[in-house]
Amino acid sequence: MNRSTGIKHKKFFWISILLTALIIIMFFISLSMGVIPISPKEVLDTLLWNGTDQQNLVLFEFRLPGILLAILIGAALAISGVILQGITQNELADPGIMGINTGAGLAVVLFIFFFQDSLPATNTLSAFIMPFAAFTGALLAAVLIYTLAWKKGVSPIRLVLVGIGINAGFSAFITIFQLKMDPQDYRQATIWLSGDIWNANWNAVFALLPWIILLVPLALHKADTLNVLTLGDDLASGLGASVEKDRRTLLLLAVALAGVAVAAGGAIAFLGLVVPHIARKIIGPLHQYIIPISTLIGALLLLAADTIGKNLLSPTEIPVGIIVSILSAPYFVYLLMKAK
Amino acid sequence: MLSIIKHSNLLKTVINIGTLLTLIVAISVSISFGTTDIPVKTVWQAIFSYDAEVTSHQVVQQLRLPRAVSAALIGAFLSVSGALMQGMTRNPLASPSIMGVTDGAAFALVIMLAFFPTVSNFGLTIASFIGAGLAVALIFTIGSFSAGGLTPIKLALAGVAIATMLRSISSIFSLHFQLEKEMGFWLAGGLSGTNWKSVQILLISGIIGLTIALFLAKSITVLSLGEDMATNLGQNNLLIKVLGIISILVLTGGAVSVAGAIGFVGLIVPHITRFIMGTDYKWIIPSSALFGALLLVLSDVVSRLINAPFETPVGAITSIIGVPFFLYLARTSGGGNK
Repeated sequence: MNRSTGIKHKKFFWISILLTALIIIMFFISLSMGVIPISPKEVLDTLLWNGTDQQNLVLFEFRLPGILLAILIGAALAISGVILQGITQNELADPGIMGINTGAGLAVVLFIFFFQDSLPATNTLSAFIMPFAAFTGALLAAVLIYTLAWKKGVSPIRLVLVGIGINAGFSAFITIFQLKMDPQDYRQATIWLSGDIWNANWNAVFALLPWIILLVPLALHKADTLNVLTLGDDLASGLGASVEKDRRTLLLLAVALAGVAVAAGGAIAFLGLVVPHIARKIIGPLHQYIIPISTLIGALLLLAADTIGKNLLSPTEIPVGIIVSILSAPYFVYLLMKAK
Repeated sequence: MLSIIKHSNLLKTVINIGTLLTLIVAISVSISFGTTDIPVKTVWQAIFSYDAEVTSHQVVQQLRLPRAVSAALIGAFLSVSGALMQGMTRNPLASPSIMGVTDGAAFALVIMLAFFPTVSNFGLTIASFIGAGLAVALIFTIGSFSAGGLTPIKLALAGVAIATMLRSISSIFSLHFQLEKEMGFWLAGGLSGTNWKSVQILLISGIIGLTIALFLAKSITVLSLGEDMATNLGQNNLLIKVLGIISILVLTGGAVSVAGAIGFVGLIVPHITRFIMGTDYKWIIPSSALFGALLLVLSDVVSRLINAPFETPVGAITSIIGVPFFLYLARTSGGGNK
């Protein structure tokens, strides 16, 4: 027992190192690619304060905040997915499919709609209020989904099905309000709904960072509870867990992570679904390992998708959510075909 | 009361005629509402004693009449498609939008516009049939390869996945070829672009699709009781399914090529119809057409009033009506017993 735990621990250590290395490589690739190419060496020089003015501007004001946001959003969505799949014992759960992202999106759109005159969207203060609005919307969506799916308990399948419905309803409201804001412009609505790191500046990074610093350790702290809940309600209460209370706490955590991610990156679907599966395949069922590995994979995937989206059809920028969907929807279908 | 209706053909006929009359009233109301309201009396004059000199007559003839007629036809087509799908698969969640069929059609439309910008309206319609067919083929492939077959829940989830996938690829093309406006229009579903050409396209697909649907009605009733039963009664299920799918593709493809992806109409109308008219598809198909037409004409009126003078895409209105219904279905039939 002790020995196998030791081996696991070693494996976990090396995989973390490998993923971190991949993220750093991707970080440099992403910084150097773009409309104005900057070689990796120049990137390094610029990061060490030896760049030209133009390089400084491009890297520090445009590319770096976007890349940091992609890493933070990817991590947040991945952990949110891990928690949701754990507490619903449902391997198809995902904040995007379940309508939690769209709830956050609706709140953000409403926030912009009602306060756009007094607080422009790019304003510093509104960048910091936005995550709160998104969190409220996500929470509201989660409560709504949970209540509507409740029928002497919550069956995993009904939860997802109800989520799909809520998702469609919120999308319709988003469409209506977007059109009210600017009747001629369908573009923003489409891009927002497909997920885009739209407002990539330092304000957005600093608005998101504290949430991540606060919520990720909390999730790790709850890893044991997640392990117990995954065993199923009966066994979990047999082991002395207060199932419903734990589930509510963890749900709140997942919702907060999804909400703040949406505030910065729009409704990115499927990332929270796929990453936990990959992590479980690599490292096994223990959440002490799954959560950190998912964090790294999520960050890596979203950073890669963002880089692809920005450069594939340059100068056209493809919203990152679209790339994520194309990469992960087939995997979702595969899971669906396997499920009984 | 409802059981009396279900057993009386006379009452069913009365309901259908009543719906038809209501539909005519709704169309007149739809024509008279707008940026400038036109009295219903003038509307009737414009239709039956048209005077090209009068502006309001022109507005009625050129803009509002084709729009209202298109709304009625599209509502009818989507509902009949949904009824056929639900009858053939015995799946309460089957419908054009849930199964990704509308997104498939929109996908093909974007591809056509991106690579053949000069394509004719007729070419667009053909493309949207093919796109709709692609989505159906994908869904059935997933169904036949998945463990335990295509249960209602799996169908809904597979539909979401296929729709997201096709929509994402369409978005890339539309962003690259600057087709966001067309794309956004198709995704949201709108009737503002309809004219007499649209009506023409709709009439052609309607004649083909609805004829097949009515012709199949009796066989679908048998099929909806179970495939084994149908086979025992000597029915060629494969032929019926193939014809049914052709009818679905023609009707949905025609509707999407004119007005984009209008969701939930094809899901809710067949349920309402079955609730009132019983289980015989000889009645369900024509009544679905009438109820669906009425629903979409009224939704169109709401979509123009809710944010006047701007139009809200009618697809958003039908979603808001349809979602509670979908949730009800998810609670009762879709989610298993637990």
